[in-house]
Amino acid sequence: MKLYAMTAVQLSSILAKKEVSSVEVVNSFLERIESVEPYLKAFITHTPALALDMAKTVDQRRAKGEKLHPLAGVPIAIKDNICTQNIRTTCASKMLDNFIPPYDATVITSLKNAGMPLLGKTNMDEFAMGSSTENSAFFVSRNPWDLSCVPGGSSGGSAVAVSAGMAPLALGSDTGGSIRQPASLCGLTGLRPTYGRVSRYGLIPFASSLDQVGILSLDARDNALLLNLIAGHDPMDSTSLPVDVPDYLRTMDSELQNLRIGVIKQNIGPDFSPEVTTVVKELLSAFNDSNFFMEEVSFPLRDYGLNAYYIIAPSEASSNLARYDGVRFGYRAEAEDTDTMFSKTRGTGFGPEAKRRIMTGTYALSAGYYDACYVQAMKVRTLVRREYEAIFKNFDLLVGAATPTTAFKIGDKIDSPLQMYLSDICNINDALAGLPSLAMLSGFSSQGLPVGLQLTAPPLKEDLLFQVACFLEEKRGDLAKRPNLELNEGEGSRV
Amino acid sequence: MTADLTREVEHIARLARLELTEDEKIEMAGLLSSVLDTARKIQEIDTTGVEPTAHVIDLAAAFREDVVKPSLYLNRVLQNAPRRNKSYFYVPRIKSLE
Repeated sequence: MKLYAMTAVQLSSILAKKEVSSVEVVNSFLERIESVEPYLKAFITHTPALALDMAKTVDQRRAKGEKLHPLAGVPIAIKDNICTQNIRTTCASKMLDNFIPPYDATVITSLKNAGMPLLGKTNMDEFAMGSSTENSAFFVSRNPWDLSCVPGGSSGGSAVAVSAGMAPLALGSDTGGSIRQPASLCGLTGLRPTYGRVSRYGLIPFASSLDQVGILSLDARDNALLLNLIAGHDPMDSTSLPVDVPDYLRTMDSELQNLRIGVIKQNIGPDFSPEVTTVVKELLSAFNDSNFFMEEVSFPLRDYGLNAYYIIAPSEASSNLARYDGVRFGYRAEAEDTDTMFSKTRGTGFGPEAKRRIMTGTYALSAGYYDACYVQAMKVRTLVRREYEAIFKNFDLLVGAATPTTAFKIGDKIDSPLQMYLSDICNINDALAGLPSLAMLSGFSSQGLPVGLQLTAPPLKEDLLFQVACFLEEKRGDLAKRPNLELNEGEGSRV
Repeated sequence: MTADLTREVEHIARLARLELTEDEKIEMAGLLSSVLDTARKIQEIDTTGVEPTAHVIDLAAAFREDVVKPSLYLNRVLQNAPRRNKSYFYVPRIKSLE
């Protein structure tokens, strides 16, 4: 089996046994990138030399008999809104096209300390605003399962990289579904952790009360292995939880006993693609077993939550994006005075979706509208949290589809922002409530496109998410988890 | 686009320091209108007595000891400056308010 086709756990194992060197592993991924990247365009910046440097260091340390982290030598791709010192970090925006962070995000420091080679920075919707990666100021990334389709967003590039075998793992960020939705559209496992579980220091902010760094992987085990590394309290992030990190791998294979599962009626419903509903329900039938109690549960606030999100997130974004003024970093438009410089810089540096969200947020926060818009939205958010709390009194886990449809065609929704926003309908309320949520592959549509299932747990119950995901993976069976990449011009490339 | 809505769009664009083209202004007018629609929708919910959530986790403010710690080196702080003059960010003059 090719090295680039292996999971992180498999790579970790053969590296530890010295059956292969990290340099060989990294080279396998670099060759894979060379072969398929021109057709997929997952990366904004490639860092092969740095990756090989780290690989060499890890190999040397291993040769000396040093005890290394299980992920030492396992490469990873990073979404381009996470600061990497001395490596261009753009948020897929013209505004930060030339930005070189002077520091590493805390999560990056963790990866480096563990010895993980960084393959590069992945494409995304500009400033994490979007659900298709079409809002990137640079280029569109393509879904490896169907090159005419979007990979989802905003962590689209990361999803493409893992799905196509260009990286075994990737970091992404999720504000209103930006990890789970692309994971679902690309057949991956995507985790949004509990708010505060993973440090946001160095994650370039979009909406501070919603943003979380998370993980895209091929399966639950890989995801848990990486969460063990990046989760934890960070004094540099005042919203980070001062709570210990359990070993997420330890309980993964424990038997699930008497689990009460709530199927969210609105997320398996009539307004979703029938194929998605069918495939998701099929996997959920695995819970028809005396060990489980599965029942439909209603979440009537679902649509109100979506509306509240589309006031809260832009409001926070309008504040977070105020720093892009051409003064200290990033793009600057020439002007005779500072005020004009600000307006010209921002008018020409931001893309259309970013501008829309800034305008929306500024409006919702402005005098006369603040109470009716922003405060009301925050009150609805409280009600959403309360609704989950009430449901979790009777259920241990909530399930439903991860996205209402399979991957849509490039260009399909880009002209109707409101349509685009609806693709996050399953993911938004969990984000509003700060809950941990995992998307995983449940099956395929008749077009061969991945269908995702989503699991949501109470705060800090990522261990339960992984346990259940593992159980479902076994029940689902070994589906073709990798896209069969047949590429143009006779240069066929199969996994 | 009505005169009122134009003024509203220009006011918000001014607050946000966003220079918009005429076409963009028209688009934004529609957008602001839909924000109001969204607000109307969430107003359907009775939120009497409900506290707004600013933060989902109940964390008290995170403090640290008032001890000076190393900060970023000045050169690093300035390394991305579009224009720089010694240890200053160099910007166009600040126009006096009309």
